[in-house]
Amino acid sequence: MKPYDHNPVVEMRNIEKHFGPVIALNDVSFDIRPGECHCLLGDNGAGKSTFIKTMAGVHKPTKGEILFEGRQMNFDSPRDAMEAGIATVYQDLAMIPLMSVTRNFWMGREPIKRVGPFKFMDFKTANEVTMEEMRKLGINLRSPDQAVGTLSGGERQTVAIARAVHFGAKVLILDEPTSALGVRQTANVLSTIDKVRKTGIGIVFITHNVRHALAVGDRFTVLNRGKTLGTAQRGHITPEELQDMMAGGQEMVALEGSLGGTV
Amino acid sequence: MSSTDAAVDERIKETSKLRKALIRPELGAIVGTIAVFAFFIIFAGDSGMFNAQGVLNWSTVSAQFMIIAVGACMLMIAGEFDLSVGSMIGFAGMSIALISVTLQWPIWVAILLTFALCTAVGALNGIIVVRTGLPSFIVTLAFLFILRGFTIFFPQLIERRTIIGGISERAEGDWLAPLFGGKIGNGLFNWLAEMELIGVFTRGNRMGEPIVDGIPMLIVWAIGLMIVAHIVLTRTQFGNWIFASGGDAQAARYVGVPVNRVKIQMFMFTAFCACVFATCQVMEFGSAGADRGLLKEFEAIIAVVIGGALLTGGYGSVVGAALGALIFGVVQQGLFFAGVESSLFRVFLGVILLFAVILNTYIRRIITGER
Repeated sequence: MKPYDHNPVVEMRNIEKHFGPVIALNDVSFDIRPGECHCLLGDNGAGKSTFIKTMAGVHKPTKGEILFEGRQMNFDSPRDAMEAGIATVYQDLAMIPLMSVTRNFWMGREPIKRVGPFKFMDFKTANEVTMEEMRKLGINLRSPDQAVGTLSGGERQTVAIARAVHFGAKVLILDEPTSALGVRQTANVLSTIDKVRKTGIGIVFITHNVRHALAVGDRFTVLNRGKTLGTAQRGHITPEELQDMMAGGQEMVALEGSLGGTV
Repeated sequence: MSSTDAAVDERIKETSKLRKALIRPELGAIVGTIAVFAFFIIFAGDSGMFNAQGVLNWSTVSAQFMIIAVGACMLMIAGEFDLSVGSMIGFAGMSIALISVTLQWPIWVAILLTFALCTAVGALNGIIVVRTGLPSFIVTLAFLFILRGFTIFFPQLIERRTIIGGISERAEGDWLAPLFGGKIGNGLFNWLAEMELIGVFTRGNRMGEPIVDGIPMLIVWAIGLMIVAHIVLTRTQFGNWIFASGGDAQAARYVGVPVNRVKIQMFMFTAFCACVFATCQVMEFGSAGADRGLLKEFEAIIAVVIGGALLTGGYGSVVGAALGALIFGVVQQGLFFAGVESSLFRVFLGVILLFAVILNTYIRRIITGER
């Protein structure tokens, strides 16, 4: 089934966001369907972060509307967006390195086991589910007790993604998940994105690396200086065109010439 | 998909058992406890340190350390300090004395009011810290002076002295006082004495009674607090929130952990522990002094650090902190039994603190994979 047979899970229409005199987003429209990976590209300062924070309920748009499964939504906090099914994996991951994988995975939503009048955390269930969810995404943990700090960058991304998936995310926003990773780790994260997409979750993949975007993306939207430069479908755009759009055309052509087309 | 195609990084060495044991927070404290006991069994074994009376002596001192260390440990794991613990001990004791002796109110009222007052001050500490975002070091340092000042000011103003006695008389027949000043297990110790397993007084008006006639409630409180705190920390949802709040408050807030509430509650718990300490002490001595509890905040923090907790929060163990307190009690009293100048205890404190912090930093590097 093609993603385009579905209605969008989240639709952002004509979003504007002003911070005082600064117009961070100007008339941005964007939608995400179940089971697709929609890449949001843009150079530093293009407004990517502001845009996803608006989607995740951190910022309120100055103008424009957000539709979630066809209904108009007004998220007051990231918690609201999370409850609705929009999960965000931020660059800094929101993982606590000193705590075990299980403790991180369940943080804030710990499973409870009652013994008489007392409520305990159900570590047996918690550990099993954590191991199972990680295995589904292709990572065999040595032990659910190991501290997150001992995991590699890619594995940490996977824990964060597995957590979002387990708690019923319908849309997963990944904020530059590959920017700090090496080649091998990047490949792992990209394959994780592919696995998650196949389960019917819509993925918003933010990156400034065109090759990473093209490896997994179904659609590509480019942001530049707070505006969308259009959305393209897979196969209808070349890496060069994407690169040019991101960098804002003219200067990049000149630069690329001087660098001998290696960028 | 089978689990066999999952990526296993061949460069990650199989962690040895030793290394795994090393990253348990309590390890340093366990080794320290064994070393300290071994040392004193060799050098003070025949001094009476390990007969019934000697054991009671150092266990009581250890229990004192333990009560405040448990509170300080929970708070430190939640990412904060409380430097006002020592002043709080003096303040709580004086509060009980003033309410019961000066105002002549029943002692149980004095104890309950004091507990309410102390936990309220703890909550105030916490609220100021989370609202202003100031380091708890500064906020509680202010309360160190504020509370100590009041502890000296009020008795001088009202009674024209800084030591108030007469609490034992007031405590007689009270229903709540024995919970802090009483002893349990009298029957057991009488039986042990009859079996000639422990000594009895051979002279004086208590002739024939066992030298040790029960376990002070202070020790019961110490062990009880340790067990409850350990279970809460390691086995409950709230415990996970405590670790999360101290590990990375922002990350915890992202996923809906009520970080501010957790921190305030831990400040209250620390104040509660200081109040337990003070109440037991007042009941034992029968008096309250304005200088009680001096430097206790630092001793509590040192015990916690020896127990493997990180000063930066998010990592530690109540059992470790309790062992740290045991090390303290044994060394402080052991030096006395061994006939060593007691001022050397401070030297020991400083040295062991340095070692503990260095060890903890190393352990943290192992856990977080920093190089």
